Amino acid sequence: MSDHEYTPKSKVGKWFNDRLPLLTLANHLTDYPTPKNLNYWWTFGGILTFCLITQIITGIVLGMHYVAHADLAFQSVEHIMRDVNYGWLIRYVHANGASMFFLAVYIHIFRSLYYGSYKSPREVIWIIGMLIYFLMMATAFMGYVLPWGQMSFWGATVITNLFSAIPLVGESITNWLWGGYSVDNPTLTRFFSLHYLFPFLILGLVVLHIWALHVPGNNNPIGIDIKKPSKDTVPFHPYIVIKDAFALLIFLLIFAFFVFFSPNILGHADNYIEANPLVTPAHIVPEWYLLPFYAILRSVPDKLLGVIAMFAAIFVLVILPWLDTSKVRSTVFRPIYKQFYWFLVADVLILGYVGAMPAEGLYLLIARVATAYYFAHFLIILPFLGLKEKTTPLPLSITEPVLGGSADMVMARNNSDFKEKL
Amino acid sequence: MSDSEKKKPNRRDFIVTATTAAGAVGVGAVVWPLVDQMNPDASVKALASTEVDISAVEPGQSITVLWRGKPVFIKRRTQDEIDSARAVDLSELKHPEKDEDRAKNPEWLVMLGVCTHLGCVPLNDKGDYGAWFCPCHGSHYDTSGRIRKGPAPTNMEVPKYEFVNSNTIKIG
Repeated sequence: MSDHEYTPKSKVGKWFNDRLPLLTLANHLTDYPTPKNLNYWWTFGGILTFCLITQIITGIVLGMHYVAHADLAFQSVEHIMRDVNYGWLIRYVHANGASMFFLAVYIHIFRSLYYGSYKSPREVIWIIGMLIYFLMMATAFMGYVLPWGQMSFWGATVITNLFSAIPLVGESITNWLWGGYSVDNPTLTRFFSLHYLFPFLILGLVVLHIWALHVPGNNNPIGIDIKKPSKDTVPFHPYIVIKDAFALLIFLLIFAFFVFFSPNILGHADNYIEANPLVTPAHIVPEWYLLPFYAILRSVPDKLLGVIAMFAAIFVLVILPWLDTSKVRSTVFRPIYKQFYWFLVADVLILGYVGAMPAEGLYLLIARVATAYYFAHFLIILPFLGLKEKTTPLPLSITEPVLGGSADMVMARNNSDFKEKL
Repeated sequence: MSDSEKKKPNRRDFIVTATTAAGAVGVGAVVWPLVDQMNPDASVKALASTEVDISAVEPGQSITVLWRGKPVFIKRRTQDEIDSARAVDLSELKHPEKDEDRAKNPEWLVMLGVCTHLGCVPLNDKGDYGAWFCPCHGSHYDTSGRIRKGPAPTNMEVPKYEFVNSNTIKIG
């Protein structure tokens, strides 16, 4: 946080700023001190903001042409693809934009896991982030229902049926969600309404997320607190702005590749068949970004427990700041946790893979082992490891490893991990 | 930096200018589809012309058809109406147009039934000139659909149309 008081130079600016301190805010965002050792994994916050804005803008445009009615929705999507000027482009950006949004959010989350950004004093940032993630999944799911193709319809049927697992009131709840006795027009219209609303809730949470970030300031790759005032920081503008912009550009290249060269590769061909309540597609899978949770759901052979396990897999992330007992933030200084970190990455990827495969035979076995490991990582390994692990020495400041000097630094520099990071 | 160095464009200036120019093109390329999507789409343009059967229209009778979402008046004029339209001196007109130019085939007057004031649909056989009268703000049109009295600035518009055969008009 900038410590100095800001006063606008111009008289008009001062007059306005005394009444609404927007210029003070702009000045804070410009001067905001950021650790100078932030690497490219820290550029995904900006990328995610871009993704959200892109989804909102393209979504508003699609809403001008889409018709939320069970008899017309599928036709209206084809109308967008064929008739509306650049409709194909806008829809493909929106559809692939959802995937790119999740790609970026997963990198962002795993960045946080690696560098311990969820730990004190940043727990609230983390929890708001998890709320955003949860809303993103809900929004993406409802958005996928809107084209009213076969996958839309049956995905909606399966996911809403999760709530039927709740004892006693399950059926009443699903009927309430559907507005009937099956997924039908009332379901579609309410999903459209909520799909339009949720991104703005996410936008509000993003503001809180950034606000909460600007109280303690950014974590950084070596995870130690910034000494203030010091040479540890650089102003957000122009240093981080340019770095974020460059990373965004690379991200956009990948985004554009999907939009222009393989716009349907992340979707399912079945969704180009209009919804038919009488026929379920042979193999029904959610979008790729939900697959790990889908694998956890299917790996439990009991309806209610499967649903509980799936929601618990998300909830366990929310309470992560209190499950990880280690006081050292960055994995750079935690040699054993580092291995478990990569096990977790592999575990989630495996869950994603088996989630896309039929739930039978070897796949089911792998899914069960991977599910068990997922929970073991958070509920057993993290709490105990934090108490037992011998961490490598932390540098005294961000600047010190570069300038050298102290005995601690010599030890830190001898650590090969540390060298890689610098 | 000395003054002489400041004046001379250096490589950084070039990069900044080139990046800004490329960025401006990129932003334009992104913004244009978002603007153009609101223009009439292919399905709307496909309805840009409509054919009307006029075989049942008697002299003195007027029919109204829908073309591009707007009413089009097709009036089969009587000889009196044609004569009165053609007898008008152009200097009397707010928007001088010859009836011969508005109705190629004098018996048939085809025009958009939209008042040029604020877009209401004028009523037939009403007003001071025994032709069209707009109830919204009181514009009077003559038997050629020309504005004679009231706030409307111009005559009712004649769309592009042609006679496909003696019984059919194609509008648009």
